[in-house]
Amino acid sequence: MLTLDALTIRQGDFSLTADWSVAPAERVAIIGPSGGGKSTLLMTIAGFIPLTSGRLLWQGRDLVGVPPGQRPVSMLFQDQNLFPHLTVAQNLGLGLSSDLRLTSVQVDQVESALRRVGLEGMGERKPSELSGGQQGRAALARALLRARPVLLLDEPFAALGPALKAEMLDLVAEVASETGAAVLMVTHDPADARRFADKTVLVADGVAQAPQPTAALFAEPPQALRDYLGTA
Amino acid sequence: MKTLPLAAGLLTIATAALAETPVLTVLTYDSFTPEWGPGPAIEKGFEATCGCDVQYVMAGDGAAVLARVQLEGAKTDADVVVGLDTNLTAAASATGLFAPVAVPATNLPVPFEDANFAPFDWGYFAFVYDKTKLDTPPKSFVELAASDLKIIIQDPRSSTPGLGLLMWVKAAYGEGAAQVWADLADNIVTVTPGWSEAYGMFLEGESDLVLSYTTSPAYHLIAETDDTKAAAAFDEGHYVQVEVAGKLASTDQPALADAFLAYLTSDAAQSVLPVTNWMYPAVTPAAGLPAGFETLIAPTKSLLLPAAEAEEARAGAIAEWQTALSR
Amino acid sequence: MADRAVALRIAALGVALLLAALTLGSAIIVAARATSWTLGPADGAALRFTLLQAALSAGLSALLAVPVARALMRRRFLGRGVLIRLMAAPFVLPVVVAVLGLLAVFGRAGPVNGALAALGLPALSIFGLHGVVLAHVFLNLPLAVRIILMGWQAIPAERLRLAQSLGFSDRAMFRHIELPMLRAVLPGAGAVIFLLCLTSFAVALTLGGGPKSSTLELAIFQALRFDFDLGRAALLAALQFALCAAVTVATARVASPFGFGAGLDRAVLPFAPRGWRAALDAVAIAAAALLLLAPLLAVVVRGVPGLLDLPSGVWPAALRSVLVALASAALAVAAALVLALALAAVPLGRFGRGIEMVAMLPLAASGLVMGVGLFLVIHPVARPESLALPVTVLVNATLSLPYLFRLLLPQARQVVADYGRLSASLGMGARARLRWVILPRLSRPLGYGAGLAAALSMGDLGVIALFAGDQGATLPLMVQRLMGAYRMEQAAGAALLLVSLSFGVFWLFDRIGDRNADA
Repeated sequence: MLTLDALTIRQGDFSLTADWSVAPAERVAIIGPSGGGKSTLLMTIAGFIPLTSGRLLWQGRDLVGVPPGQRPVSMLFQDQNLFPHLTVAQNLGLGLSSDLRLTSVQVDQVESALRRVGLEGMGERKPSELSGGQQGRAALARALLRARPVLLLDEPFAALGPALKAEMLDLVAEVASETGAAVLMVTHDPADARRFADKTVLVADGVAQAPQPTAALFAEPPQALRDYLGTA
Repeated sequence: MKTLPLAAGLLTIATAALAETPVLTVLTYDSFTPEWGPGPAIEKGFEATCGCDVQYVMAGDGAAVLARVQLEGAKTDADVVVGLDTNLTAAASATGLFAPVAVPATNLPVPFEDANFAPFDWGYFAFVYDKTKLDTPPKSFVELAASDLKIIIQDPRSSTPGLGLLMWVKAAYGEGAAQVWADLADNIVTVTPGWSEAYGMFLEGESDLVLSYTTSPAYHLIAETDDTKAAAAFDEGHYVQVEVAGKLASTDQPALADAFLAYLTSDAAQSVLPVTNWMYPAVTPAAGLPAGFETLIAPTKSLLLPAAEAEEARAGAIAEWQTALSR
Repeated sequence: MADRAVALRIAALGVALLLAALTLGSAIIVAARATSWTLGPADGAALRFTLLQAALSAGLSALLAVPVARALMRRRFLGRGVLIRLMAAPFVLPVVVAVLGLLAVFGRAGPVNGALAALGLPALSIFGLHGVVLAHVFLNLPLAVRIILMGWQAIPAERLRLAQSLGFSDRAMFRHIELPMLRAVLPGAGAVIFLLCLTSFAVALTLGGGPKSSTLELAIFQALRFDFDLGRAALLAALQFALCAAVTVATARVASPFGFGAGLDRAVLPFAPRGWRAALDAVAIAAAALLLLAPLLAVVVRGVPGLLDLPSGVWPAALRSVLVALASAALAVAAALVLALALAAVPLGRFGRGIEMVAMLPLAASGLVMGVGLFLVIHPVARPESLALPVTVLVNATLSLPYLFRLLLPQARQVVADYGRLSASLGMGARARLRWVILPRLSRPLGYGAGLAAALSMGDLGVIALFAGDQGATLPLMVQRLMGAYRMEQAAGAALLLVSLSFGVFWLFDRIGDRNADA
């Protein structure tokens, strides 16, 4: 259980509070106006932004002060998810051993992760030789290898077309269910939320509201969500 | 585990053996010690008789040697200093770091008296030219100044020959030195930091004459069998540079230091100097000067300001020179 | 993560303190031994001349570099890459060698005056203020060109494409694309060259034509050597530091921070007008190549005969020089990397500005004062000769650090911005980051910078003259000693060896850096 216990983030004039939790294997979308703090919330969970007050817990353990790499978290950023100077296989290998000293077992794991996301035989390529969708797959494959119980997605597929994005979200769902990970996904597209997430967090007016069933939320959107969606 | 004490033992023995051989540290200028300089032969010759180890420490030119002595003060490791010249001895004596030495009998062209320093070689400053390019060299500073000949000289603030020239003009013209410099200003192509830049530029054809020594042509003649270079003889006379060696008062090897200074004016050492330092030996060797030296000009008049006078005149002469050339 | 940042900051602080100790500290140590505190009337003249020649040299180098860099940026021709690399050679040339090379071309007996005489024109003298400026332009133009090329490469290709799609005229191109870049880049380039010329010694003295061309560094030399006036030397050194600080601060106000230019061939969209502008570009490139390469060629021609009978001592000296160069490059790279990474990780606050300032100090440091200061520290505890090479390594590393630091800082910021979070989220430790992220991403500036540092160290006489004993001579010292013993031909041969080694090391590092920057 990932618990945000009376969590507050303050940066200058900006502030955001959250007080809820996410169960293992749960899939949660995070939606709301831009500048509202969606990314900030993810960055805080990932350990890049300190929280001002409150607690952040995983299975009852306090994560404050735990470095990002040691948190039970994998994260896919908006961009720069792959090192351009390393091969795809090396990029994946970093998920298993951060100094890239791989055992033969781990090399096999990398190979099968590539196969799993449909990048078989592309391990020796540089990221620039992959298409946008393939780059996303490579990043997902690494998350698969890391097998952390929480997966954070900060709109990594925003630049992809609708069909490709849908395909990627399905892949994320598969990967998550294989590793039993809880997923928190930032998105600005209600369709993504409906397709992917059982629950949705609305971030607006300085509050990240507790996750609500996605269908119910969109059926009867609160004012802040209506403003965002542009429905009267 | 066994090798360690063994190595330590060997080291102790080696150190002990080393400690039995006294070390004589000789502080000298850069051009003394290279394989082509007088240093190696003198080291070998002296070590054959002294049962000691001669170690050279180098510091640029003569002025740098004195600066080094001043920097190190009484804590210096050096026992002997080789390569100061008569423009520096007054300042050197004033440091109080030097001890009196036995001054050998020499055949210098000028009287030399300094209880602290023993001369080992000497030379005349002169303007050197290429005989194939210049038929009638100037015979005096006045003639040089009146001509459109181009000369390269060295900066008296950074070079020994440069300072020597300053003293040369001062010794020859006294109060009139400023006028000589003013007249020479349009002949001077450039002023270099040291002798080697000036001489190199002269050889490349940048000037008609260069400030050097009367002995410079001997190098070209003997080492390169090139007889095109000559020194211009000046009617005013030529200023003498006497190179001297001294003993530091703080030495822990006073007897060795004295022996080294004596060796420096011995026949063996003196016969090495002309063809390594390209200067006249302070004591003419029994075998005479090397073949080729007889072709050099022999100035009829030798100039040298006494050390104290030179030291006193220096600052004023530099200012005079600077003003004349800055116009 | 916080621990690592703190450790890095502490390391950076350590490096900065060491730098300050070596530069400011050495001047203070010299001052502590002083007995009197007066500047002479000649020192005022030296200050004026120093400022004048430095300003002229910097201004001219920066201005002339603009058309050359523009031409090199937008033209592609056979040997372009080689030319760009070769043009770096004067910058890494030992000054004495550079002066002799210039003399061979522009001197009384050189081809320029030969051509003038053939045309019945009066001869040109290279001696005087114009000679000093010419030499400084020769030595520093390559640096200015490289910095501006780097500025071009930093312009996003999208913006050039946009300009082209809008059908920008040449003038509009200049106004909207080139001018803003130059405004950001040129003052920094000029300032760096100004600082380099500030401490010029041999060039100003050899080509200056007389005592009216005395620089501050010469005054320091005189104070230390002939007058043994440590107080005056320290005062003059302090004056140099003050000038450096003033220039650094002033430049920081009007321009983006100094950069030293790393790139060679990044994919920039060349826009290449035809017609007379193409001819103009060709002229700019040819003129720069001629100015920069003819003296180099002269050095080669003069040196070849002497190469055959070099005295045996030259070879060990050459080996020592290479080792010293490699060691100083390694030390400088390590120190600059620590500084750049520490600064890249934090927003520019007081800490950052302080470090930036300290990292520029060596540019204004007098090598002589630093040497004497170190001598005074070392002499009571050890024989200076026995430490000649380590001290040379330390001082040379210090002197080349500003270049490396300036090269690395912008790119280090970029790496931290682009990949800092990814590395952290993958839990990469310091070593893994260095090995897999930082070194590969910074490969180009690291290679170029290490090459510069090694070559500068190879050619530098620096403090070795003060410390060298019987055995420890380096190649530049050997060249000096050969010249001091009438052996001009051997000296020219040894100088050619020195230039080849310097440039070889530079080329090698630059190539390695380029090779590894394949993404």
